[in-house]
Amino acid sequence: METMDQLMAKHPFFAGLAPEYLELLAGCARNYRFDAGEYLIREGDPADTFYLIRHGRVTLEIAAPGSAPVVISTLGESEIVGASWIVPPYRAEFDARAMDLTRAIGIDAKCLRGKCDADHHLGYEMMQRFLPIIVKRLHATRLQILDVYGSK
Amino acid sequence: MMQAVMPPRDPMVPDVYRVSRAQSELAGVVTLEVEPVSGNRPAGLPGQFNMLYAMGIGEVAISISGETPRGFVHTIRAVGAVSGALAGMEEGAVLGLRGPYGTGWPVAEAEGSDVVFVAGGLGLAPLRPAIEAVLAARERYGRVTILAGCRSPREILFRHQLEHWRQRLDVEVQVTVDHADTEWRGNVGVVPSLIRRAAFDPDDTYAFICGPEVMMRFSATALQEANLPAERTFLSMERNMKCAIGLCGHCQFGPSFICKDGPVMALDRIAGILAMREI
Amino acid sequence: MQRDSADTAGLVIDPLGLQALIERLASMGFRVVGPALRDDAVVYDDITGIGDLPQGWTDRQEPGRYRLERRQDDALFGYAVGPHSWKKFLFPPVETLWSARWDDKGGMAISPPETSQDKFAFIGVRGCELHAMAIQDRVLAEGDHANATYAARRQEAFIVAVNCGQAGGTCFCVSMETGPKVESGFDLALTELLDGGEHRFLVEIGSDAGAQVMEEVPSAPASAVQIEAAAAVVERTAGQMGRSLDTNGIKELLQGNLEHPRWDEVAERCLTCANCTMVCPTCFCTTVEDHSDLTNQSAERVRKWDSCFTMDFSYVHGGSVRSSTRSRYRQWMTHKLANWIDQFGTSGCVGCGRCVTWCPVGIDITEEAAAIRATPGGKGEA
Repeated sequence: METMDQLMAKHPFFAGLAPEYLELLAGCARNYRFDAGEYLIREGDPADTFYLIRHGRVTLEIAAPGSAPVVISTLGESEIVGASWIVPPYRAEFDARAMDLTRAIGIDAKCLRGKCDADHHLGYEMMQRFLPIIVKRLHATRLQILDVYGSK
Repeated sequence: MMQAVMPPRDPMVPDVYRVSRAQSELAGVVTLEVEPVSGNRPAGLPGQFNMLYAMGIGEVAISISGETPRGFVHTIRAVGAVSGALAGMEEGAVLGLRGPYGTGWPVAEAEGSDVVFVAGGLGLAPLRPAIEAVLAARERYGRVTILAGCRSPREILFRHQLEHWRQRLDVEVQVTVDHADTEWRGNVGVVPSLIRRAAFDPDDTYAFICGPEVMMRFSATALQEANLPAERTFLSMERNMKCAIGLCGHCQFGPSFICKDGPVMALDRIAGILAMREI
Repeated sequence: MQRDSADTAGLVIDPLGLQALIERLASMGFRVVGPALRDDAVVYDDITGIGDLPQGWTDRQEPGRYRLERRQDDALFGYAVGPHSWKKFLFPPVETLWSARWDDKGGMAISPPETSQDKFAFIGVRGCELHAMAIQDRVLAEGDHANATYAARRQEAFIVAVNCGQAGGTCFCVSMETGPKVESGFDLALTELLDGGEHRFLVEIGSDAGAQVMEEVPSAPASAVQIEAAAAVVERTAGQMGRSLDTNGIKELLQGNLEHPRWDEVAERCLTCANCTMVCPTCFCTTVEDHSDLTNQSAERVRKWDSCFTMDFSYVHGGSVRSSTRSRYRQWMTHKLANWIDQFGTSGCVGCGRCVTWCPVGIDITEEAAAIRATPGGKGEA
């Protein structure tokens, strides 16, 4: 049976992070399992967990009354779910739902924020990993908005 | 004072072809199989294009999306007068054809390496002959990945073929859509996101990209971020074309003529002006 | 066939000899074309003799300005260049490529046009214009695919060149190394000699065809004084250039300054009228038009001169790639002076000055190039 810090070390998000930090963060983390259709995150709920997908697939959705939820993007193995945990007021702005059986590491947001506050170097290590992903997703969303395949 | 001169065969004069099969692909998108009315078709390379002529309406450059023993396959989206006329053709219809022209995908050069095909929308059509060529000699290549993006699940080109390729155990096929519907259980997001998830050895991979220019630019960027060298990243470019043989000047892209230096071009050759506006 | 310049013996003819030359060429079946006055300009048109030539006229040219003036003498070639170039004969502005019709069995029959080909003799081709023809040869006849009708016309053309006796206000052939002396690519080359009260032409023979033609034209051997006088004419003209263009590293200069603020500046003046491309002796861009009868029983395809200054030129599905004036001027100038070198191994500019003269707002390509050279690398820098 792998320990939590070993499990975390295998996830690309934490690639290169010092073992002592992994150990520290492992204290905030636990394993999650979501069946297909189950929600990881619901819009409006407190953003209290940051997920690292180990396997499975997750959709980011927005639901509007009277119509089916719109899927903004799908996330899979080695990707992360959840950004609102780092931005006050720490409230989820999308639904995140498992498409297939999904296993993930969930890190308690309050605990994680506390550790980052206490050790800014750890906070910077987290930012260095987190921000590029968010920027890439922003770029991808811009491209998605362009509707490049439209027949104009 | 006048003397009649019989000029040599003019490359601007098309040959006469006949539609042997017409198949609707998507709304406004048709695949035509065309065969010469007499004689054999000339040889073509994956990635090359033909100039198709609709009687009295005009001519348009269309990539080769496949070949038959006697003819070419073209997949056409009806967007203008000429493409509209071509897309409306049925079996037996007669058209003019000049070609093939331009550069092809470096399929032979890529032997021994991993190959990543990145298609956006109708961009899968010009890639299809290259994919077929690679799969026909599968043992000569490393990992083969096909990444296809399109607008919505209803607009997936060659869906059956993608499913067929996906059934093979030696090809990774990923499809993503910009806008999902409730039935869709696949990926949602843009093609560059698929590139970040794809497995290939950046030191020994060829990437062939075809789709709208913006999509190709972002895909090229994602490949570069994955450390794929620009000289092994190939794009199929598109510009206005009138002659297709380097004589009319329309398709210039910086110092290149897309018709003869392209359409398939290595990224290192065009990277400097790829994102430049109005070049 | 070209001959060594060593055996281009100097012959001298007088205006009547020139008349005889024109008649001789006409009798050989050539359509003789030369300078003529039309609508207050020297243009190239069919001529039957020296009476058609612009005797005693010259042109005064400045950016955006062209006017004819009387000369003090009776020079026949005493002007620089007008709005026409020889490309209008070798590479006609409108040309039918082929026609198509439905046959009885529902098939399409495509046939080349039933045209007879004119065999041209050009009288008065300048050094810059010979270079322009050589450049168009590279583009239209010497690539993987050739414009067959151009190649045929070009091969059959008989060329009587003229060394310029006077430079125009917008000329810069010295910068482009295309003149004023003609070096090659002609059958005969004339230098007009007007000094000393005698009107003579020194004739240099450039080909066997030229030599054969001269056998039928009354001439005298040139004296050393006349040969020297001819050299002096060219030298004097070379010293009169109205403009100059620094070509040193110009390809890299322009290709490296595609976002230079000067493009915005010139765009404020440029009308995108396409005049520069129409008068340019090397511009080769064309479009095609398809015509059909009302019942679409027959159709034809026509090739026409086009210009990179039109909006339609760069149209791709959805819109034009180059919709701004800035981008279209940039395309024209970078193509002409820089990209052409990559494409065809030569500059696309011969320094004839037509684009400068015939620009309605007087945009001067030499000035634009100099402005970019003065502040290269400008990416919004002050």
